[in-house]
Amino acid sequence: MDIHEYQAKELLKRFGVQVPRGGIAYSPEQAVYRASELSGDKWVVKAQIHSGARGKAGGVRICANEKEIAEAAQWMLGRMLVTHQTGPQGKLVSRLYVEEATKIAQEIYLAFVMDRKEERVVVVASGQGGMEIEEISANEPESIIRSVVDPAVGMQAFQAREIAFSLGLDAALIPQAVKTITGCYRMMEDTDANMVEINPLVVTQSGEIMALDAKVSFDDNALFRRPEIMEMRDKSQEDTRETFASDRGLNYIGLDGQIGCIVNGAGLAMATLDMIKMAGGEPANFLDVGGGASPERVLMSFQAVLNDPDVEAILVNIFAGINRCDWIAEGVIRAVRELDLKLPIVVRLSGTNVEEGRKLIAESGLPILTAETLAEAAEKAVVAWKAATLKEAV
Amino acid sequence: MAILINRNSRVLVTGLTGRIGSFHAQDMINHGTNVVGGVTPGKGGTKHNGLPVFNTVKGAVAETGADLAICFVPPPFAADAIMEAADAGIQTCVCIADGIPAQDMIKVKRYMRRYKAEKRMRLIGPNCAGIITPGQAFAGLMPPHIYLPGRVGIIGRSGTLGYEAASQMKERGIGVSTSVGIGGDPINGSSFRDILELFENDPDTDAVVMVGEIGGPQEAEAAAYIRDHMPKPVAAYIAGLSAPKGRRMGHAGAIVSAFGESAQEKVEILSEAGVTIVPTPSSFGEVVQRMVA
Repeated sequence: MDIHEYQAKELLKRFGVQVPRGGIAYSPEQAVYRASELSGDKWVVKAQIHSGARGKAGGVRICANEKEIAEAAQWMLGRMLVTHQTGPQGKLVSRLYVEEATKIAQEIYLAFVMDRKEERVVVVASGQGGMEIEEISANEPESIIRSVVDPAVGMQAFQAREIAFSLGLDAALIPQAVKTITGCYRMMEDTDANMVEINPLVVTQSGEIMALDAKVSFDDNALFRRPEIMEMRDKSQEDTRETFASDRGLNYIGLDGQIGCIVNGAGLAMATLDMIKMAGGEPANFLDVGGGASPERVLMSFQAVLNDPDVEAILVNIFAGINRCDWIAEGVIRAVRELDLKLPIVVRLSGTNVEEGRKLIAESGLPILTAETLAEAAEKAVVAWKAATLKEAV
Repeated sequence: MAILINRNSRVLVTGLTGRIGSFHAQDMINHGTNVVGGVTPGKGGTKHNGLPVFNTVKGAVAETGADLAICFVPPPFAADAIMEAADAGIQTCVCIADGIPAQDMIKVKRYMRRYKAEKRMRLIGPNCAGIITPGQAFAGLMPPHIYLPGRVGIIGRSGTLGYEAASQMKERGIGVSTSVGIGGDPINGSSFRDILELFENDPDTDAVVMVGEIGGPQEAEAAAYIRDHMPKPVAAYIAGLSAPKGRRMGHAGAIVSAFGESAQEKVEILSEAGVTIVPTPSSFGEVVQRMVA
């Protein structure tokens, strides 16, 4: 789960990390009022969306007076902001963060990630702040500092000192840097974050270390024990198709194609998308119905897939190990009848109770196409989809 | 002998009295697995479906001599159950739970290092379908009828894709020595490399099929091991060729976030190491048949 920059800064502050003063605004008038509460002669208006690279998209503006603040807010609010991370449809800006501008002396990159090779939290830092980490590793790989945290004892002060000295920070700044770095680690541990990225962390001209931007994401598997993090969820930043599915306990990811997929098992679901692509089609989604899928769950999966208006054909691929093909077949038949489906549907069943499942479909009298293998199913789905779109065009 | 589990393995079921544990323990017994008991704290001294129940894993090991634990404990408590098994002297623990927090798994991996290598428990999973030596025994969620006993090992992250591989092989009369689900989590107990090493040293296995997917460094590590240390032939399929970068595809670990983690890159790395690539999920049978011919 992702959160907004202002929420991340709120959390960081609680763990002893300094951030510029600022406030949240939902209208241009509020934005101007927020700025008036802050000191200084320049302010930054920042669009709050779940994406990095907002600056290049016009989502971060430095303003020198009330008129500029109101104009920036007017432009941003209600806009679908498109960055290279949001996809072409962009993300809705419904909140702004207004901050006092900071006079920067030095920019640093600082991130805490779950490293899959180390199987531990790794701190990554670089004196080349402001750039994205991909750019830093491409252009200045020798500037990257890495430090692995032992989970038994947590991050130690000496590790933070080593990082701070390697960054070339002035001796007078070291205590502040240690507080910042160890604070970020404690936050990661105490909130079950799987990434805390501060880019840039800055040294101000007055000698303070501050997080100017912050991107935090949390481990979905740990949200059950982090209710205060769960409350920060902003559904407006999520794909509505995905929210519908996740509210019903389905594992669904929206994609850009036209062939809807209902599969059991994440690996088999990925493989099914690959087969559709190889057969010349484009998958509309990833959907894992999970183990022990009841007819109701299958029906719900159809609803989730059909929430996508681009879907023009549906492929159901089940390899029943702990599932039962007859239950799946029952769910498919109910979906076709209850949702009055007119789209071409291809069903491939294999494994436990496959004969019963196939028999149910054959005896239903419904125009459901069936296939024995995954390859055959993908080909049939693509052919059926092409025929259906052709008919529409005529 | 195959690897990890056989008809002589003494299997302990943690979370035995729950709905899932109860159902699958019975299925394991029906297919020849030597289940010796279960653990549910607070229900020690009782019997469940004819099996003795214990309060602690240590107590169960002392009474039954269990050497393999299958863990059906729900995700919030699974890390604790794994560490308990490790401390009680269990040799192999299979964990099914899908949804263990990553930080819990970091702690589990750190905890297991307390024990000397020869006394350290081997963890399979979490978020896996389990392990099966066809015709002998299994621990997990397995449809035994799709496996033919034989001499090809299977290692996979995904349960259903592993089933797919085994059933395509069975159609062509190719059997399986042992099939091992290592699970779809970013931090797991045993890697592809760990299990490849067991198969390489197993006199009952002639060749291995790997079922990998996008995300993480384990397929690349496996490639290096195969290139340098593994004379037995290996075939591999990688799922997720069409997966967009930065999206988590169902498995917590199936996300491309670094160089070398996409399906295309993994296929290239494995192929350079001499691995036979299974190009589509429908061609497991065909490719394995050619490889073992």
